[in-house]
Amino acid sequence: MRDETMLELLRRQGVSRRGFLKFCAATASMLALPPSMAAAVAEAMATARRPTVIWLSFQECTGCTESLTRSHSPTLESLLFDTISLDYHETLQAAAGTAAEAAREAAMQNAWGNYLVLVDGSIPLKDGGVYATVAGKSNLQTLREVAEGAAAIVSIGTCASYGGLPYAKPNPTGAVPVSEIITDKPIINVPGCPPIPVVMTAVLAHYLTFGTLPELDGLGRPKAFYGESIHERCYRRPFYDRGLFAKSFDDEGARNGWCLFELGCKGPTTHNACATTKWNQGTSFPIQSGHGCLGCSEPDFWDAGGFYNTLSTPITPVTGAATAALAAGAATGLAVTLANRRRKANARRAHPEVTIDDLEK
Amino acid sequence: MNAMELLSWSRGPGLGIATAVFLFGMLLRLFEIYSLGRKPDLAPARPNSPGSGWRTIISRSVPEAPVFRRSAVTLTSGYLFHIGFFIVLLFTVPHITLFESVIGIGWPALPTPVVDLVAVVAIIAMLVSLLHRLLDPVKRFLSGFGDYVAWSVTFLPLLTGYMAHHHLLPDYTLMLAIHILSVELLLVLFPFTKLTHMLTLFIARWYNGEWFGHKGVAS
Repeated sequence: MRDETMLELLRRQGVSRRGFLKFCAATASMLALPPSMAAAVAEAMATARRPTVIWLSFQECTGCTESLTRSHSPTLESLLFDTISLDYHETLQAAAGTAAEAAREAAMQNAWGNYLVLVDGSIPLKDGGVYATVAGKSNLQTLREVAEGAAAIVSIGTCASYGGLPYAKPNPTGAVPVSEIITDKPIINVPGCPPIPVVMTAVLAHYLTFGTLPELDGLGRPKAFYGESIHERCYRRPFYDRGLFAKSFDDEGARNGWCLFELGCKGPTTHNACATTKWNQGTSFPIQSGHGCLGCSEPDFWDAGGFYNTLSTPITPVTGAATAALAAGAATGLAVTLANRRRKANARRAHPEVTIDDLEK
Repeated sequence: MNAMELLSWSRGPGLGIATAVFLFGMLLRLFEIYSLGRKPDLAPARPNSPGSGWRTIISRSVPEAPVFRRSAVTLTSGYLFHIGFFIVLLFTVPHITLFESVIGIGWPALPTPVVDLVAVVAIIAMLVSLLHRLLDPVKRFLSGFGDYVAWSVTFLPLLTGYMAHHHLLPDYTLMLAIHILSVELLLVLFPFTKLTHMLTLFIARWYNGEWFGHKGVAS
């Protein structure tokens, strides 16, 4: 089975050639490749051998796995996902215990230097990394070991990409993202809480077609999906431009579908494809269902102010600092006043009194 | 530090520091002015002229025709910029939500296109005032480093705010962070530059008016 090509595998699972080509064309367009590249994608995908994929789950909630495996009822994306040789995935594999670890080691040996590592979850470093261990090894040890023979690493979700929830203040486990540990391998970040499934499959398709990673932005995200902000592609944008805002979740503005900026929408500072690819088979996305964007695909989204606080408001209250500053200003001012008064009085005292008699001497 | 971290810093610790420096500095300045003290007034007051100080605050703000003719550019650009600046500051939605979250009072915003136009007018007026300062020999002679600093830190929030609103740089997050940081720079420099006139202007006009009234000069 390992020697079958992707097309053979997909065929065996009942995917028609037409369906396969449609998928390749859609993937090529999503990756912003020229239309002529659809054929190249199809050719490469048809002849590609199943890549070995090792999925490592660290400090995470399995939401990313849920998103990627369950979002669509059988589609090409999910089939493609089933088709890759997912040799190790703690949630999805049948094996357990030492058998599971043995499977991982065998997969690593067979494809040393060529396998993909998919990571979801952050890695705790505090106290020697004791806060998350699998099979007696800390996540840090496992990641270092598995990453050594990897061709590339894909950080799935915000935790693996930027630390996510475990990284949020006060970060009790000393969590860090993958990129802070592995620095000598190509890393692609697919952030989101969870990330959009189609982004994942497109990244895999790109890798299978070209053997390289797609173009990335400054934060390691594929530009094709994270190049624009939610706000730029939001269908409620015209209301923002006209200054029409919902003030609460059940007022006239909310019913009219006005902009959710005042209700804390983080769309302007969030880069993701939600507004275009949408969720649940293209049904909707948070803003369309009446809730502001949380900014889940950005670094530190958990600490970037409350979800319902407007983007232009302070993250931490300034009242304390203001009161302290006023008190300090008044105290210093009073001290300066007294010092000035004393200096003036001293000067007056030191000034010799001159009388007419003195002058006539 | 990435753009999001910069934005979070500017919305958190940065804002706290800037507010504290601004309030501390301004209060210190007021004490400083007050503690200069005044010489005892030995002359008897002229026929009483109540409210002279308050009237002067307004009357000195309206230029008389000959004065206006002599400094038309200075006065026009100055007025347009000041009024525009305060309209943009006080009547855009993100600013009002900021004031509401800090002082608990909100008010209605002006329509976005109106504020947008006002912002452009204010930006142009500021550029004209800088150009005039550079080209007019007298103004250039009178201008020092502090004047150009004051102009720059006032111009930056206007420009960056306009650019952020219109998504004029590739990354909005970075632009918003720069905008907030530019305002924080303005707040920090406020008490230590001529920008202090925002507060002292009215104190000085009131004091002069009151003093002149005391001496029998009409306000």
